[in-house]
Amino acid sequence: MVNIKRSPIVDTGEAVGIVAAQSLGEPGTQMTMRTFHYAGVAEHVPLGLPRLIEIVDARRDISKSLMDIYLTKEYSKDKKKVEKIAKGIEQLTLGKVAKIVEDFENKSIRIIVDVKYLESRNLTFRELVKKISKFLNGSARVRTKSGKYILITAKTSYVQLRKMSMKLKSLHLFGIKGLSKATVAKDDASKEYFIRVGGSNISELKKMEEIDFSRLYTNSIRDIEKHFGIEAARSAIVKEIKQVMDLQGLAVDVRHVMLIADAMCSRGYVEPVGRHGLSGKKESILARAAFEETIKHLVNASIKGEEDKLNGVTENIIIGQTIKLGTGKVKLVMR
Amino acid sequence: MVQVTEKKIRSIKFSVFSPEMIRKMSVIKVTVPDTYNEDGYPIDGGLMDQHMGVIDPGLRCKTCGGSVHTCPGHFGHIDLVRPVLHSEFAGVVASLLKATCSSCSRALFKKKSKKVGEIEKMLTEEEMISAMKKVKKCPHCGAKQEEIKFEKPTTIMEGKRVLLPIEMRERLSKIPDEDLELIGIDPKSARPEWMVLTALLIPPVQMRPSIILETGQRSEDDITHKLVDIIRINQRLDANLNAGAPQLIIEDLWELLQYHVTTYFNNESANIPPARHRSGRALKTLSQRLKGKEGRFRYNLSGKRVNFSSRTVVSPDPNISIDEVGVPSAVAEELMVPIYVTPWNIETCKELMKRKEFPKVLYITSPDGRRRRLIESNLDELLELVDVGWVLERQLKDGDPVIFNRQPSLHRISMMCHKVKVLPGKTFRLHVAVCPPYNADFDGDEMNLHVPQAFEAMAEAEELMLVSKQIISPRHGKAIIQPNEDHLTGAYLLTRKSVKLTRKDAMKLLGAVGIFELPKPNSKGMYAGKDVFSMLLPKDFNIEYRTKLCKEVNDCSKSKCPYDGYVIIKNGVLKHGVMEKKGLAGLVIEKLFNEYGSEVARDFIDRITLMSVYAITHFGFSVGVNNYRLDSKAKSKIDEIRTKAIKEVETLIVKYNNKTLARLPGKTLLETLEEKVMVLLGKARDSTGIVLREHFGNDNSSIVMADIGSRGSMLNAIQMSAFLGQQAVRGKRVKRGYKGRVLPHFKGRDLGAYARGFVGRSFMDGLTPTEYFFHAAGGRESIVNTAIRTARSGYMQRRLINALQDLYVDYDKTVKDADGSIVQPLYGGDGKDPMKVGIKKEKV
Repeated sequence: MVNIKRSPIVDTGEAVGIVAAQSLGEPGTQMTMRTFHYAGVAEHVPLGLPRLIEIVDARRDISKSLMDIYLTKEYSKDKKKVEKIAKGIEQLTLGKVAKIVEDFENKSIRIIVDVKYLESRNLTFRELVKKISKFLNGSARVRTKSGKYILITAKTSYVQLRKMSMKLKSLHLFGIKGLSKATVAKDDASKEYFIRVGGSNISELKKMEEIDFSRLYTNSIRDIEKHFGIEAARSAIVKEIKQVMDLQGLAVDVRHVMLIADAMCSRGYVEPVGRHGLSGKKESILARAAFEETIKHLVNASIKGEEDKLNGVTENIIIGQTIKLGTGKVKLVMR
Repeated sequence: MVQVTEKKIRSIKFSVFSPEMIRKMSVIKVTVPDTYNEDGYPIDGGLMDQHMGVIDPGLRCKTCGGSVHTCPGHFGHIDLVRPVLHSEFAGVVASLLKATCSSCSRALFKKKSKKVGEIEKMLTEEEMISAMKKVKKCPHCGAKQEEIKFEKPTTIMEGKRVLLPIEMRERLSKIPDEDLELIGIDPKSARPEWMVLTALLIPPVQMRPSIILETGQRSEDDITHKLVDIIRINQRLDANLNAGAPQLIIEDLWELLQYHVTTYFNNESANIPPARHRSGRALKTLSQRLKGKEGRFRYNLSGKRVNFSSRTVVSPDPNISIDEVGVPSAVAEELMVPIYVTPWNIETCKELMKRKEFPKVLYITSPDGRRRRLIESNLDELLELVDVGWVLERQLKDGDPVIFNRQPSLHRISMMCHKVKVLPGKTFRLHVAVCPPYNADFDGDEMNLHVPQAFEAMAEAEELMLVSKQIISPRHGKAIIQPNEDHLTGAYLLTRKSVKLTRKDAMKLLGAVGIFELPKPNSKGMYAGKDVFSMLLPKDFNIEYRTKLCKEVNDCSKSKCPYDGYVIIKNGVLKHGVMEKKGLAGLVIEKLFNEYGSEVARDFIDRITLMSVYAITHFGFSVGVNNYRLDSKAKSKIDEIRTKAIKEVETLIVKYNNKTLARLPGKTLLETLEEKVMVLLGKARDSTGIVLREHFGNDNSSIVMADIGSRGSMLNAIQMSAFLGQQAVRGKRVKRGYKGRVLPHFKGRDLGAYARGFVGRSFMDGLTPTEYFFHAAGGRESIVNTAIRTARSGYMQRRLINALQDLYVDYDKTVKDADGSIVQPLYGGDGKDPMKVGIKKEKV
């Protein structure tokens, strides 16, 4: 017998994709579904299985996005400065500074302003009224009462009134759109302060000079892909999946996670795992038909006159031939 | 030698049948809308015509002359008197009509210059179509284009007029081939006029067999029923056409024919009612046969049923090796292993055939494929006949490799190769240390066993799938086949510092695992437990680590650890420390596997588990209620913790009511209160652990098990002895129920601990009715969650596997997809297998 030397290098033909998928899927049943809250920022950040599915699906609107914003050296060491910037970033809407009451009888909307809070955000009552007037643009009459109330009357239908009040509620006053609940935290490693904020809006933050753009991080993979490119997105997928598994106390080798991230990014853009992504774009018709939307794939293949080259696993199982993986990959014939 | 000719399918091409092709491949034109006559004989020209194949034994196929077993079936056809639209292609047809001119049938796009030609290449086919759909005037003949609307499943309207299939067909047939290519249709495989059917292919009888009920009545397949409908309407339409019936009646019948053809292809089409069986059940037609989990693709093609397999309940057996499986003799007698007769084994084969008792040869197959049962009366005859090329089938015996499996097969180690060990009894016997990869227990679990039927399969099973080669999990590179529960406890008991065994006891333990020498005794002739354990280790084995007992102090005293929590194994001798989960079910096994190979690791696991069983029975180890009983002193301490916590909750509530509670950032006042109460009560429960430890001491069985990681946790002990603590629903205190309160036993708006799901009693005390309710509420939530989670994670895994199944490592260690495109330039960035990262590269 030949003495085969033991080596840590992977065997040729090893079905690494299947192993990676199993390594992530098998512990899925052991994961919890609970949500987690980062101190203050956002409450229901999904963890465990829901988050894993979200990453693998490469969702565009993730259920709770977060950003870590690092600042340039001049600001990052001073907690006060950082806090000031944090306040400036957080989006302030009218609904947050005032109570909006609809009065359907008189076809009006009353806005009761929390003046104290308003002023703490460096905005005066007068400026607020101006902004509202500008927003309504003459479509309704705006009156103020005792520096506290704003009365808006409009001759419109009830439906329009409700629509208007909803719009007023989300009226952007200042800050960056989509960002909420900014908190300042300390990075123990680099001993500097950073801002953790709910929501994701990189294009606006890009314009701010105080921000160290190279260290900006968001848990939205699609945003990372858009602003930092595919390589960054790949790293983000690895990091996020790894984080999910670590928080659950489940050990998974990084190589599996990396392979999944690489497969999702291999075409130069992030693709979800599933019928709209990797599985739906497979070369083989039979493999696609066996996965989901059977009839659709068969019909489309027939009008295009497609040919299945039978290179993958499912196709060969379907027709009963050896699959081209592992020992089936080797071509050796005994004479 | 038998010459094996191997045919391989290189590719499969998909296309649309043309009417000519249908007629050409059809063996008979079906005209009678009926199946069998009164004598139960297939009607000529009917749907069960013998030209299309036979399903009744005794009859012969009129096309190929074959019988039930040999005739593969042949297609027939129906000539439709009026064309109908194929419902599955209706969308494509509509798109084509939209994208082509209504009068000249050219694509609504003109190559004006070379530049346009470039644009044409840049656009995808879908974009081309949507661009053409917008064109209002034909660039070729100048005809105005009316808007074309498509209504599922088969209605296409031009303006307000419904297009008849005849008109569609006429227009489609005029579209030139090069215009079709523009849209992404291959005119050779799919001329669009073929999508409007003039002839309908009828599948062979074998595809739609009728079944005979107990009453002797025949019951036809759903497809046959549907075909009967189609032929009947087709005939009526034909009669009406010939009789010159009014247009209105013709169109009604035509539409009915369209309906039947549509439901023949897909009985779940949008906007039309499904065709039903007499009983009211919707018919399962072609599309329904293919799709979904129970469809042809997933149920019959991707997953296949097998022979040479067995299934029964599993039960534990620590006496067999981890890579063995105990097979009941009843099963072994039934399962067959083929033996191929060669010039080198022909004599052995003959001896085998002569055997009168288990394992004997039951069947014998000659090279011409005739399979005979070997019985006493034909033994001599067959002994004469048997020659090279024959195949014997022998009963399963000890040492045969088999594949053992437990569902759900979530990962590859859910199927492993075991060596057969035939045992009395009726269950499969499994070594307890192999339970984790299968996730098996013995509360009634059943497992499957498969016998490989070729040498290649056997060799691969043994070389690649053998249990001892799967000790390390490919998921994380750590041990997954490992001693569990009592095995860990036994090893711990044996390796404690104080253990001194008599010569007799030491011999008992070592003899049990097949070791017949003794370690060095001490001056009193006693043997240390650690030394007895060390006999299992290779003589040059070295390892040092902190165990689970380690208190994580900064200045570790290593060998002087008061808890014996630091393991030093030097030259195969356990000098210090005890065996527990982290080492015995992890580090030690992994190191043995990585440095000495799978067989050494397998032997070690076999022996340590067996020795542990002897050790634990020698020392005795049991758990009972008394392990959880507290004395009055400990009880009062726990009462103190509980009352203190509840008081603190009260003060928080008072603060909340006075609005003096400091609001946490980003939370409302109520949320702040809830959060603080949860944290507070959680901490209170955890703090009872210290009291219990103090009271129980480190020798309490329950605490020992929790400490060494063999079973249970500190929390289990706390819930049994101290109190259960806060019950949570959706991660918060219980809230839902009546207005302002969960149960009528409480006052409205009571925010106190007991009113919101705090259980202040232990399992030993017993729960009050309200506490019991809260505990049940929390318990139900976790059950519901588990159910949802399994479904969701199962689907996620199916998607992941489907997306990644074709990836493989090539000879250059790049990872490639089925089409040959590179996914990773070097697997994992370093080319290492996660399962083998612990192995150090050997120099040759």
